[in-house]
Amino acid sequence: MGKAELPLHAPGTQLDRGYIGQSVPRPNAQRLLQGRGAFIDDLRFPRLAHAAFFRSPYAHARIKKLDFSIALKQPGVIGIFDGRAVAEYCTPWVAVLAHLKGIKSPPQHAIAIERACWQGEACAAVVAESRSQAEDAVGLIEAEWEELPVVVDMEASLRGDVVIHEELKDNVCFRRELDTEGVAGAFSGADLVVEDTFHFGRHTGACLEGRAILADYNAGEHSLTVYHATQAPHMMQDIFSRHLNIPEANVRVIAKDVGGSFGIKVHVYPDEMATAALSVMLRRPVKFVADRLESFLSDIHCREHRVRVRLACMKSGEILAFDLDDLTALGPYSVYPRTSGIEGNQVVNLTGGPYKHREYRARMHAVFTNKNVTCQYRAVGHPIAVALTEGIVDLAAQKLGMDPAEFRRRNLIADDAYPYTFPSGIKFEKLSHHQCLDKLLDLMGYQKLRQEQDRLRRDRIYRGIGLAAMIEVTNPSPAFYGVGGARISAQDGATLRLEPTGMVTVMCSVTEQGQGTEGIFAQIAASAVGVSIEKVRVITGDTGVTPYGGGTWASRGAGIGGEAVLQAGRALRANILEVAAATLKLERGLLDIVDNSVVDRLTLETRMPLAELGRVAYFRPDTLPPEFQSELTVTRHYTPRQYAFTFTNGIQASLVEVDPDTGFVKLLKHWCVEDSGTVVNPMLVDEQIRGGVVQGIGAALYEECLYGPDGQLLNGNLADYLVPMAPEMPDIVCAHVETPTRQSQLGAKGVGEAGTAGAPAAVMNAINDALAPLGARVTRMPFTPERILDGIARARTRA
Amino acid sequence: MEQALDITLTVNGTAVSRRVAARQHLVDFLREELGLTGSHIGCEHGVCGACTLRVDGEIVRGCLMLAVQANGCRVDTIEGLSDSKELAPLQKAFHERNALQCGFCTPGMLMAAQDLLKHHPKAGREEIRLHISGNYCRCTGYQAIVDAIEEVMHGKG
Repeated sequence: MGKAELPLHAPGTQLDRGYIGQSVPRPNAQRLLQGRGAFIDDLRFPRLAHAAFFRSPYAHARIKKLDFSIALKQPGVIGIFDGRAVAEYCTPWVAVLAHLKGIKSPPQHAIAIERACWQGEACAAVVAESRSQAEDAVGLIEAEWEELPVVVDMEASLRGDVVIHEELKDNVCFRRELDTEGVAGAFSGADLVVEDTFHFGRHTGACLEGRAILADYNAGEHSLTVYHATQAPHMMQDIFSRHLNIPEANVRVIAKDVGGSFGIKVHVYPDEMATAALSVMLRRPVKFVADRLESFLSDIHCREHRVRVRLACMKSGEILAFDLDDLTALGPYSVYPRTSGIEGNQVVNLTGGPYKHREYRARMHAVFTNKNVTCQYRAVGHPIAVALTEGIVDLAAQKLGMDPAEFRRRNLIADDAYPYTFPSGIKFEKLSHHQCLDKLLDLMGYQKLRQEQDRLRRDRIYRGIGLAAMIEVTNPSPAFYGVGGARISAQDGATLRLEPTGMVTVMCSVTEQGQGTEGIFAQIAASAVGVSIEKVRVITGDTGVTPYGGGTWASRGAGIGGEAVLQAGRALRANILEVAAATLKLERGLLDIVDNSVVDRLTLETRMPLAELGRVAYFRPDTLPPEFQSELTVTRHYTPRQYAFTFTNGIQASLVEVDPDTGFVKLLKHWCVEDSGTVVNPMLVDEQIRGGVVQGIGAALYEECLYGPDGQLLNGNLADYLVPMAPEMPDIVCAHVETPTRQSQLGAKGVGEAGTAGAPAAVMNAINDALAPLGARVTRMPFTPERILDGIARARTRA
Repeated sequence: MEQALDITLTVNGTAVSRRVAARQHLVDFLREELGLTGSHIGCEHGVCGACTLRVDGEIVRGCLMLAVQANGCRVDTIEGLSDSKELAPLQKAFHERNALQCGFCTPGMLMAAQDLLKHHPKAGREEIRLHISGNYCRCTGYQAIVDAIEEVMHGKG
């Protein structure tokens, strides 16, 4: 437990950790509950113009001619621009990173020039006085196209029959191989080798708020203020500055309320870059909000992997080696600036991660296709790595006739084996797999569920129990992006200011996307300074206001931003006590801060309310000693350094019932035990896990972006693309083991992606456990009723 | 030219008269003409429920109804029901249980939940889940929302 290890107050006082570890409701949720949030589309600006985009109807086609003449005459139209016109204001980009060796991608423009490479790529921009007028004009643009051969299937892409970008010679964006050298020996000496192929459907984030941007260029000062639904304001400030050629100091990015992100809103989108360029071109504010149909065509997609995996083990259950071959389909471009190579890279890094085998071989190809681009979405690569690890582990346990929980227990890395280096090279500071497994089995009543399952099978009721152990990348150091040349900050900063009234203002570079960042920063700041939480106001999401930092991604907000807030809070507390000592003419060491007042450290007797201290410091500094200057604004930064990533671990379980006649899966219950280090706010952490689990369930059962052979997206709307809704979702039970990271004083690791990382594997294993008496097995996500019935039918045919 | 019609309706208790385009959706009218931006637009094809409003006492999709169809109607939005305190118990329970994250679905979710409270005040957990089956939330996983609605119902019962 981290509680005793976190001396937020000086030793000898009677105080606990303040608000750390308490389920405090988020102060910033109140405005959202009254419909008084400030999402981009809620903002009102004078002379605001609206952008809409003419998008390619073809997956791959040459743009022979674009005729704007009729469209330009429509009411309200301000201007229509093609790719060349926008390129005069916005330079193209190439999404590669130096540490992803060999990754390649062609230059990409904000608006396509000469050629469209996926259905939905923006090929012209219309700006009008209203969105509906802009859309009307889009419908009147006349285009002539020359259709080009399309690459839709990833196996065909790898073969290279048709090469999408001739200058790149082939369709391989990124490949990676890893081999510990002893794999062949491990497989030849094994008692059992199991092999399977897993397929992961292409899906997307489906944030309820579409991508949104309002760019306001001020020609008078050559400045650009961008109101942006983004997770990384400073990254975007840098990008707008460099690609629009505006000095960085003149670019301000403001992220107010953001309606869901999950990694969708951390990338550079061509239509958003175009919107910023249009504001510069037209010297007035321009807004673009992606509607639902545009979202499906242009928000990043993710996953779409085909992975062959083999596992070698002994009769005792000891795993000797994993061997995998991953193929994943990108779009026609690697996505800027994080690249589209990371997900496959993570599959190679993480597969087999919870287990203690020493031999590992992996091969991965990420290939271009003429479908929408793919990039990092919540849990990046983890759902793939966890599902294929846990899927093949279950198959091995089944072949050995061993209980899957027992099989895992024999192979999980021991809790006292840390620090530990995994065969792929990743390093674990301290994990708690066995504690988590024990806690999970106890929490779910595993043995009773197994007995109930056996009993129900006799009545031809097919229930399944699926387990999924996992590791997760959190709190990334510069090793994630910075070392590869990306100008993405791995450090974050917090400024704390004591106001004259005794209030504390916190300004932090990590953003709020609804996960509760501002709430936990208030908790940490209040605890560190010694004030009550209602005295704290938190400001995030404004490059003009907060310290410089990375923002929200890779489960880093609490662990990195939270530590910066803690350090700044402690420094502010020390500075406040300096002022108090000078005012009261007492030794600083005799004083402390409790409940908004400076107190005698030993007796806890109030010596001076902070409001009085603020009054003196700001309005009557003449009463302080002449040589004394109060410093009631402090800034601190934090970067994780000792480990490239602060790994967390956890384990999930799913209980399902499969109807063999209809193929329907009923989710009965879901459990998650997670070790994310110090838990700042148990309620918010559990809600992150639950929401993440449900997104993972979406991937397992419902969500897939389906493409036809011509590269047309077949189900790009919210009626045909199924997302999890309330009636089908189970209750989700959460529990925690707390192993604080020693790299920071707060001890928090990340948690935002854990649910999504493990849920697909747990659900898949539960379905296959349910199907086992029928001899059926499914490995192609999402597990639609059709696919399950097909699996049962194939088993019958074999029998 | 676009066809326009005159309408008069009551929005959150106040009489409003405007000339509106025949094709304008009710939620666009509320957001663009009246500045009532609490009702959100999530899909514009009637699936997500973010634009759920109350028209003459019944909840509707603001993206599936035209503004001209609301002529003569009484329209209530999240802003009105917040100010009147009608939603206060639900808002309190949602806040305390963190039954919202990004908050984009929340106004529509509250409108749907309040409708259930009015019409089926003794609904069970499964009925609650069914009643909000037309309101998409990508953040929470729904459990806290169901918990919050159940708590308000239980308090009433």
